[in-house]
Amino acid sequence: MEPLIVSSSPHVYSEDTTARIMRDVVLALLPAAAVAVYFFGGRAALIMAISVLSAVVTEAVVQKLMKKPVTINDWSAAVTGLMLAFNLPPTVPLWLPAVGSAIAIALVKQAFGGLGHNFMNPALAARAILLAAWPVYMTTWADPIRGAMSAAAADAVSSATPLAILKGMEGTEAQLPPLWAIILGNTRGCLGETSDVALLLGAVYLLWRRVINWRIPFSFIGTVGLLTWILGPQGLFTGNAIYHIFSGGLILGAFYMATDYSSSPVTPKGQIIMGIGCGIITSIIRLYGGYPEGVTYSILLMNVATPLIDRFTMPRIYGEVRADV
Amino acid sequence: MKALKVFFNGVLNENPTFRMVLGMCPTLALTTAAINGIGMGLATTFVLVGSNLVISLLKSFIPQKIRIPAFVVVIATFVTVVSMIMQAFLPELNKSLGIYIPLIVVNCIILARAESFASKNSVLLSIMDGLGIGIGFTLALLLLGSIREILGAGTWFGMPVFSDGFSPAVIMILPPGGFITLGLVLGLLNKLTGRAE
Repeated sequence: MEPLIVSSSPHVYSEDTTARIMRDVVLALLPAAAVAVYFFGGRAALIMAISVLSAVVTEAVVQKLMKKPVTINDWSAAVTGLMLAFNLPPTVPLWLPAVGSAIAIALVKQAFGGLGHNFMNPALAARAILLAAWPVYMTTWADPIRGAMSAAAADAVSSATPLAILKGMEGTEAQLPPLWAIILGNTRGCLGETSDVALLLGAVYLLWRRVINWRIPFSFIGTVGLLTWILGPQGLFTGNAIYHIFSGGLILGAFYMATDYSSSPVTPKGQIIMGIGCGIITSIIRLYGGYPEGVTYSILLMNVATPLIDRFTMPRIYGEVRADV
Repeated sequence: MKALKVFFNGVLNENPTFRMVLGMCPTLALTTAAINGIGMGLATTFVLVGSNLVISLLKSFIPQKIRIPAFVVVIATFVTVVSMIMQAFLPELNKSLGIYIPLIVVNCIILARAESFASKNSVLLSIMDGLGIGIGFTLALLLLGSIREILGAGTWFGMPVFSDGFSPAVIMILPPGGFITLGLVLGLLNKLTGRAE
């Protein structure tokens, strides 16, 4: 006989578990991972493996030390590790992903209370720390090992990313790669950010599975597109919005990073504010700031603003009377 | 006996950095190297012992209403002494500590001890309190400075610690590294001494 379960409400049962959601995210990231291995070679696979392994091991060790239940089976550490690897250039020394994942899990996630309590996206915060700690490793790009741009072979040089060229930084004589190369991922950049096709494929899957909703990514990308088009280099409405949308980490950041549950607003209105805020900060950094790319910092800044956004967009409870009338 | 208790109270129980969390400005700004930590700590200790001594001597002559300006004048005197000595004998250290030496005048640790201890206790106890708090501050700055210098520059007191393969994490000697190190050390100490709960 089935045991009779007596419990208080709510009684609605949902199939959603942390593990299911995280597995979906991993699944969605797989195409981009495959493309990264295809364009950047076995080293890309190695970096991703080390990063994931380090994240999972760190989670287990920290939770053991803090005498908490070990929750590596919910896949969340693996997702953080993979996300971090996606944010690293293919030329980084192999200890860097290991250190980065350990920072992401131990410092950003577990030190603040573990899953659901991190106030920033762990992978992005770790990337920001790595960028400040080892700026040279984090900004040394390499050409993909095959395809349109491989004229200079796979030598690791401090070559410009499409966004740096767009901005007119280092070596302005460099030509922008063709748009199709940028969309396919055959260009310089971090491992997982280059292939927009693969990332969008995963994003469609996540949207279909309702792991994420459209509000943050669409308002984020829309804002960047609009602002970079309006604030063009040769006067108003001359910007190259398409290039801005598809280069750099915008697609990766908007669909996979900004939508992190614990560090983004829960209210629908708040999510749109979050997306627009990320878009404005990204555009300002890209167009006027010192860095060619601003997705990381925009998301981190809006992560910090999330409690405030949630507070001001809290929906009124049915029947509640507004306090100010 | 009581004097020793006061001394160790300053080093451990009322450690200015890890227990009272006072004087955060020099703590975060100056602990980029171990030598800076020691220099700042010892300069503060000197001022602290001197001001505690003089204030406990003068405590019955200072009118209640103007005690804070009076304390500041006493403290400023000792800071001037330290500042001139450092300029004369340790020009290098003086240069790397920069504005933070004159700023000891408004260091809240020293004012707090003058207000809460020296103006109420005997001369001997006040000196021991100044020594204890000063040593506690020095040890805390030395610890933070060592961690940040070793990780952020790969050296300790200027001597290389690692072999050539080590690439230092520059962030540790930048301002964020100060906050990260202080937070982690504070958390760890609270955990170890059972104060977390």
